[in-house]
Amino acid sequence: MSSSLTHARNSLSSPLTERRLPKWMPAANAALALLLAVAIGAGFGLSSKLQWGLIAAILFVGIQYLASTAVEGRRHAKNTLATSLVWVAFLLALLPLVSVLWMTVSKGIGVINVNFLTHSMNAVGPNDKGGGLYHALVGTLEQVGLASLFAAPVGILTAVYLVEYGRNGKLSKAVSFFVDVMTGVPSIVAGLFVLSFWIIILNMPYTGFAGSIALAILMLPVVVRSTEEMLKLVPNELREASLALGVPKWLTILRVVLPTALGGITTGVMLAIARIIGETAPILMLVFGADAINMDPFNNPQSSLPLYVWTEYSRGTDQSQARAWGGALVLIVVVMVLNLVARGIARWKAPKSATR
Amino acid sequence: MAKRIDVSGLNAYYGNFRAVEDISMVVEPRSVTAFIGPSGCGKSTFLRTLNRMHEVIPGARVEGKVLLDDENLYGTNVDPVAVRRTVGMVFQRPNPFPTMSIKENVAAGLKLNGVRNKKLIDESVERSLRGANLWNEVKDRLDKPGAGLSGGQQQRLCIARAIAVEPQVLLMDEPCSALDPISTLAIEDLIGQLKEQYTIVIVTHNMQQAARVSDRTAFFNLSAVGQPGRLIEIDATEKIFSNPSVQATEDYISGRFG
Repeated sequence: MSSSLTHARNSLSSPLTERRLPKWMPAANAALALLLAVAIGAGFGLSSKLQWGLIAAILFVGIQYLASTAVEGRRHAKNTLATSLVWVAFLLALLPLVSVLWMTVSKGIGVINVNFLTHSMNAVGPNDKGGGLYHALVGTLEQVGLASLFAAPVGILTAVYLVEYGRNGKLSKAVSFFVDVMTGVPSIVAGLFVLSFWIIILNMPYTGFAGSIALAILMLPVVVRSTEEMLKLVPNELREASLALGVPKWLTILRVVLPTALGGITTGVMLAIARIIGETAPILMLVFGADAINMDPFNNPQSSLPLYVWTEYSRGTDQSQARAWGGALVLIVVVMVLNLVARGIARWKAPKSATR
Repeated sequence: MAKRIDVSGLNAYYGNFRAVEDISMVVEPRSVTAFIGPSGCGKSTFLRTLNRMHEVIPGARVEGKVLLDDENLYGTNVDPVAVRRTVGMVFQRPNPFPTMSIKENVAAGLKLNGVRNKKLIDESVERSLRGANLWNEVKDRLDKPGAGLSGGQQQRLCIARAIAVEPQVLLMDEPCSALDPISTLAIEDLIGQLKEQYTIVIVTHNMQQAARVSDRTAFFNLSAVGQPGRLIEIDATEKIFSNPSVQATEDYISGRFG
């Protein structure tokens, strides 16, 4: 402590200014660390580029710390060390994300064309070129759409009950407990439940709708939990202001509480959709899979994107594996588009702040 | 339009805790009545019993009678929603609805109660904003969000919102405690104008404010922490601030306690 103060005082005339590293220093150190890592890696004959990267990361943190200690003193050096570690952690966290995206895009982009997006796999063999995922895209959108149509309103209304009416009573505690239990239900169990109840006991056929029931079961707890948190964030003062105007409670919830929380609720529903859109197990058990286009989710088997990826990949030929990567890419794009739409809605409906 | 409030034998509870004990008082129409007293003495709780906002808090309940002219607010078959339309309220912190524009905020009470006539709503918005001395400042930006106004303007927006539903009584719970002196002055002027039409009850910690704006003042106190708050005395404001009948009132006003 005292050493850094005397350091600052000794080095410059004014006690309020001190020596700092220039702004470009981290970038320069990063370049230096990278260069050294390449030299070390090549020199010692390390084959894995991952090792090169890790050496560079460690070198970067070390060089930053030493440079900062030498010029700025110990207090600043600690700050520099923490900042560098955060940067390294950030890059490490990005690594899997970027590599998954890169892998999917590079392997999947080759098969994507209008034909792929508008045709089914009907009468296309494993070794044939061509074929498409239109049937799977339609199936996914219909099954997820039906699941959301059921789970979103029920989930939001459950959350409204828990926050606005439950008042920590026995029923709300029980509901809350079972929502927690449902959160932990594996997708295969939800699938088995629907299989035994809907298909075996009630003797219903394999349809997209059967799959969407299982998806709705998986989606419901996520929607309830996220909506509940969002409703709790709405200040009580707004409810009181509305009630004090002589507005009934149900209308207060509908016109004041829900609109205020709408951005967060939309995000929560979208996250829940993103969670279920990649589910394969229940689809495999309940929707059965199909190669031809079936627009009707209530009759006859359908396909879906995750199921398509799985079946195409397991066929094992070059052509069908390329189609599997294409399916994965389309799935990622669909989730991304849904997320962007949700963000758009959230921004459009968000409470207007003073700055806008 | 303004109505008289006659409270007798009122007790307010939070669960098993009695926060306010045995209050009886009369609030005269077309006048300003101020409630003063130390923190935690039940002023705000009592104020909230006057438009049945107290029971909004889980576990809270009220015993006793509150007559608005001749109707008991706590009688059987009384709809609390109808009571709140008759007795409006302004809160301590300005709380405009964040999803609504200035105009929508003022019109909220009417719109949410089913008024659809656009002309009627527009007239009411202008009348209420003029009534709250805010019209000239916001008339060019009625469609901008209410949260973009300054604190004082937001509080006047909340007052405009409260008077837009044309209540008989206006309750104000420390409406100036979050505001600077200039905004406070604007609101005090407004209270002076509003009392020509409304019965106004204001809770305040600022004794100069009570002396400036009110016709009658009620002093509340509690004997010890954890004990319920009681009404010590209510009288004409000049009398309370110059020659109160109870020693505790004089001690509180002059800054001596206990």
